[in-house]
Amino acid sequence: MESGFMHYGYVACSLSILVTMTLALIRAMLGPTVFDRVLALNMFGTKTVLLICVVSFLTGRQDFIDVALLYSLMNFIGMVALLRFSQLGYFGETESESTEVSA
Amino acid sequence: MIFIVIPILALLAMTAFAVARIRDLWAAVMFTGIFSFLGASWMLILDAPDVAFTEAAVGAGISTFLMLSTLALTGKKEKPSKVAVVPLLVVGITGAALIYGTLDMPAYGAPDAPIQTYPNPSFVEKSKQDMHGLPNVVTSVLASYRGYDTLGETAVIFTAGIAVLLILRKNGDQEDRKS
Repeated sequence: MESGFMHYGYVACSLSILVTMTLALIRAMLGPTVFDRVLALNMFGTKTVLLICVVSFLTGRQDFIDVALLYSLMNFIGMVALLRFSQLGYFGETESESTEVSA
Repeated sequence: MIFIVIPILALLAMTAFAVARIRDLWAAVMFTGIFSFLGASWMLILDAPDVAFTEAAVGAGISTFLMLSTLALTGKKEKPSKVAVVPLLVVGITGAALIYGTLDMPAYGAPDAPIQTYPNPSFVEKSKQDMHGLPNVVTSVLASYRGYDTLGETAVIFTAGIAVLLILRKNGDQEDRKS
């Protein structure tokens, strides 16, 4: 556990990240368009990664950084899947296959 | 850590509320992704990085993809539903019972909690005799004691898989009969 000035710095940092996460969540709830929500989700994932990094420095558990790396990868993959879905409307290889299944 | 845990739990509750109330299913899938990230962060702060790893990989990664694939086959909008009183009551009573059940749980990290005292004498002492002289305790715990645990889990997953296959096969069979 860090002590003194750095400790308060980490605490303030994590609190401000939590505030940003709340704002992103509110934007995702209100967000009228798809793009607002996508941006909010992506930002939320990034802020989660940052929060975990700050917490790992706060508690002195450096191995949490690995989990933060995994989170950023998951965020990227999920974002690609979401964008692909919202652009195409399906994941299938061909359009005809997709309509055949849904019919 | 309480100043991080409480906001994360509040954000979890907000996200769960959003998932329950939103009618746009595409946005609901997105909120489940957010929920999974938050839950994984909470598990990490509770010092369970392995569970957090699994939650992030399965919850935020694979299940988002699976739900989007489902949305590709169904519609993107949910029909507006009436407020159902009986299910709300059932859920409320179940939740109250669960909260009541946690009241007599031992405090976090208490030395007299069952998890600290139950396997007594511990696995470390009994392992060599139980496993007929196997020297490695880690191997005996993973491969033998937890083997029964894994067997049960596999049976549950197998049952769930059979149920899913039965549901998904239904349409295919009808199409086969037509042709």
